[in-house]
Amino acid sequence: MNAAQVVLPALGPALPELILAVGALVLILYGAFKGEKSTEGVTVGTLIVLILALFAVVSQPLGAKVTTLNGAFIVDGFARVMKSLVLLGSAAALLLARDLFERERIARFEYPILILLSTIGMLIMVSANDLIALYMGLELQSLAAYVIASFHRDNVRSTEAGLKYFVLGALSSGMLLYGASLIYGFTGSVSFPGIVTALRETSGLGVILGIVFVSAGVAFKLAAVPFHMWTPDVYEGAPTPVTAFFASAPKMAAMAMAVRVFVGAFPAVTDQWQQIIVFVSIASMALGSFAAIGQRNLKRLMAYSSIGNVGYALIGLAAGTEEGVRGVVIYMAIYLAMTLGAFAVILSLRRGRQMFETIDDLSGLSRTHPWIAFLLAMMMFSLAGIPPLAGFFAKFYVFAAAIKAGLFTLAVIGVVTSVVGAYYYLRLVKVMYFDEPQGGYEPMAPGLRIVLGLSSVVVVLFWLVPAPLVGAAGVAARSLF
Amino acid sequence: MFGFGILSGLLLLPLVGAGFILTLRGDEASVRRNARWAALIATLATFLLSLVAWARYDTATAAFQLVENHAWLTETIRFKLGVDGFSMPLVLLTTFLMPFCIGASWLSIEHRVKEYFVAFLVLETTMIGVFCALDLVLFYLFFEAGLIPMFLIIGIWGGKRRIYASFKFFLYTLLGSVLMLLAIMAMYWQAGTTDIPTLLQTRFPAHMQTWLWLAFFASFAVKMPMWPVHTWLPDAHVEAPTAGSVILAGILLKMGGYGFIRVSLPMLPDASHYFAPLVYSLSVVAIIYTSLVALVQSDIKKLIAYSSVAHMGFVTLGLFTMTEQGIQGALFLMISHGIVSGALFLCVGVVYDRMHTREISAYGGLVNRMPLYAVAMMVFTMANVGLPGTSGFVGEFLAMIGAFRANPMVSFFSVFGIILSAAYALWLFARVVYGKLEKPNLQGIADLDRREMIILAPLVFLTIYYGFHPSPILDVFAPSTEALMQGMRAALSSTQTAAAALPVPH
Repeated sequence: MNAAQVVLPALGPALPELILAVGALVLILYGAFKGEKSTEGVTVGTLIVLILALFAVVSQPLGAKVTTLNGAFIVDGFARVMKSLVLLGSAAALLLARDLFERERIARFEYPILILLSTIGMLIMVSANDLIALYMGLELQSLAAYVIASFHRDNVRSTEAGLKYFVLGALSSGMLLYGASLIYGFTGSVSFPGIVTALRETSGLGVILGIVFVSAGVAFKLAAVPFHMWTPDVYEGAPTPVTAFFASAPKMAAMAMAVRVFVGAFPAVTDQWQQIIVFVSIASMALGSFAAIGQRNLKRLMAYSSIGNVGYALIGLAAGTEEGVRGVVIYMAIYLAMTLGAFAVILSLRRGRQMFETIDDLSGLSRTHPWIAFLLAMMMFSLAGIPPLAGFFAKFYVFAAAIKAGLFTLAVIGVVTSVVGAYYYLRLVKVMYFDEPQGGYEPMAPGLRIVLGLSSVVVVLFWLVPAPLVGAAGVAARSLF
Repeated sequence: MFGFGILSGLLLLPLVGAGFILTLRGDEASVRRNARWAALIATLATFLLSLVAWARYDTATAAFQLVENHAWLTETIRFKLGVDGFSMPLVLLTTFLMPFCIGASWLSIEHRVKEYFVAFLVLETTMIGVFCALDLVLFYLFFEAGLIPMFLIIGIWGGKRRIYASFKFFLYTLLGSVLMLLAIMAMYWQAGTTDIPTLLQTRFPAHMQTWLWLAFFASFAVKMPMWPVHTWLPDAHVEAPTAGSVILAGILLKMGGYGFIRVSLPMLPDASHYFAPLVYSLSVVAIIYTSLVALVQSDIKKLIAYSSVAHMGFVTLGLFTMTEQGIQGALFLMISHGIVSGALFLCVGVVYDRMHTREISAYGGLVNRMPLYAVAMMVFTMANVGLPGTSGFVGEFLAMIGAFRANPMVSFFSVFGIILSAAYALWLFARVVYGKLEKPNLQGIADLDRREMIILAPLVFLTIYYGFHPSPILDVFAPSTEALMQGMRAALSSTQTAAAALPVPH
């Protein structure tokens, strides 16, 4: 072997992932040596590593497109925007967890490190430019997630959630892998550009079958109907900060992966996968809004809400156009703010060591905690899509894309289910504002305050300065077309 | 000032007031007092500013005036404000009615006073925004945003069935509006912009107009409200606090009519022409049916609510006659109804504050103890009936002339509405005000106090003044109506020529 032939691929584009990986290794060593006392230090260290990675992501020019590792890894505008969202989501999830875990005495230094490892997986998913890299990222993300779902290991519900998540997750990974192998078999390539070229010449039933299996795997990760069944149980069973994490960062990565696969690899057969996405989108919106009506538990409610929201975001993907992808990016960014804000409030419903998580526990919150109630009400109106809150603009951009693509039926069903959805979001407002109070809760922990404050700024004031996010999403969408 | 003009000021002033009220601290009583005064000052200042806008407004032209234009969502979806002959009177009506609402809530709102006035001031901003917006997305934003404060006003400070009423109000109007949002998007992709002045010059293909018109109709008909989607209104009116009813009847219902005159008629003339018989039918049914329903109501507020639906039937009838008289009459009726129905709800509020019931049977013979109240109530009842010499007459009469020109049958049926309106309104007046004062708990009822007189006197004056001298309002509408008529005539004649030129399909 000639030494000159072995060339180390350029690792510069993967700097954020490297920062996270090195950070995770250093922190795990630190934790192992210091023992249980190190949790605080590891948490702070993890936050610093996440922020450093965020700087590494945003320091590069937004629109530039670089590939490395023989084309398996791509960094473009879309990757940068989605990675920023993933990193923000992970950092917020850590902030949300800190206070509660200490109080519950389940704080372990492994938790932030598992989040960090999961985040690396998510960043790789976002940047994957071939099926193998995609699968690798997905598995790294999922394995860490299975562990943190059952992080409260003495709690039956938490362990059940972890097990359920693992079994179903493994099944879906298998389906995705099976689909990927079919696609490889029929196109002769695992890289997305290679698949695009192959499909321009020929496309057969085998590829379509492969796409169906890949869609199933993607739908599972997104918690889209008909692969949503795990969501309410896992959301309810996992410790609440873990639920907040599942609802935020992994959703960003999964949606980025969906866009990357469908728009990046299969533009030649758009009309084929469009049918799948339209069906999944309609089913998710309908189930998300109707099934949530009967829920009493806030975490289950948020689970159905996330199913519905994924349905709305998929409207943009179903359009399969640049406007559609822009809509998806805007939707996910605003959804991140809304869901983190809502979970910050849910986590603050606490007296001593007792946590409250049913809708009735919000009764009269506007009297006992006017600001928290006001901000949660804004989150709910925003989730219902009422202007001028950010959630309206999220829906505006995906529906506009659907109208332009001529998907009128999808758009009409979408807006009608959003009215049904408005009913259960309004019910929370009703409980907080129209019902009699039940007694106050303890003051919010500082971490929760930061997350709630930042997400409220996005949700309430987005309409005054929409340009930065809309512009960034525009650049992100353009990089895929 | 940073390129922001007088209309932005109108939007901002109530918000500043709301922000100030939010910062109030201290003991309960002083917070209440300060919140009331701050809200009153904010609404009065907004009214004064709208008068300044009015002074700078040129009534001779149909063009949009006081225009402000700022970059917003994209280069083509902009933060654009402006007023013309259709919107300027409605802006003035909004800013004019708001101080009365604050005054009417002075003592009747006892709990959560701070939040109440904040909600009202935010509501004022959204209402002014609807009438000033010159971009359809911005229009939609304000149109929908008003649901949030109104939902809270009905739900927190409303009556017994407030929760049912607030949900029904919110979901009903939301369902109508979301379809309008899709239509706005379709217009955006077709025309490349949501700028209202540009869209007024855009001709949409006829088949597209049909769908767009139906989508907008879904929203405006619910808001108006037209029969058969009016059922949210009586519930919302009955449960809302007095000031909420005033705003609901006075302003929020006018948004539907404003939408028709701003979007449906000028932008979709072919579809409006095509669907005019549908609107006539629904209007006539609304006028006769809801008048009959009003006759049998036992709740004063519900009766007035049904009479509002009937009057709004005259508005839609007048608008879709597409004659100058019909449109002028409909617009005048909107302003007049805003003042008169608002005043009627204030009158109901006066006795409700004393007796805490709205049952007609609980009253009777009020004239013996409350002569001043009886006079005010009589003026508004007569205006509601449409008696010549009150503002109610002018609008209904013009709308009827328009209807007669467009379709004599329609005007024949709608005349029954006027007769029925006399029946229910006079009967209500007779049962509440006339007769012997027999009920024991009414023996000590007091006449209007000074605050109530200050509130009602200007409304009595305007009702009679505009009844005798309607031209100040009609003159403002005239140039815009003229322009609208010209545009529609041109559009319709070109469509008909095009249709005539086409070979007949077989």
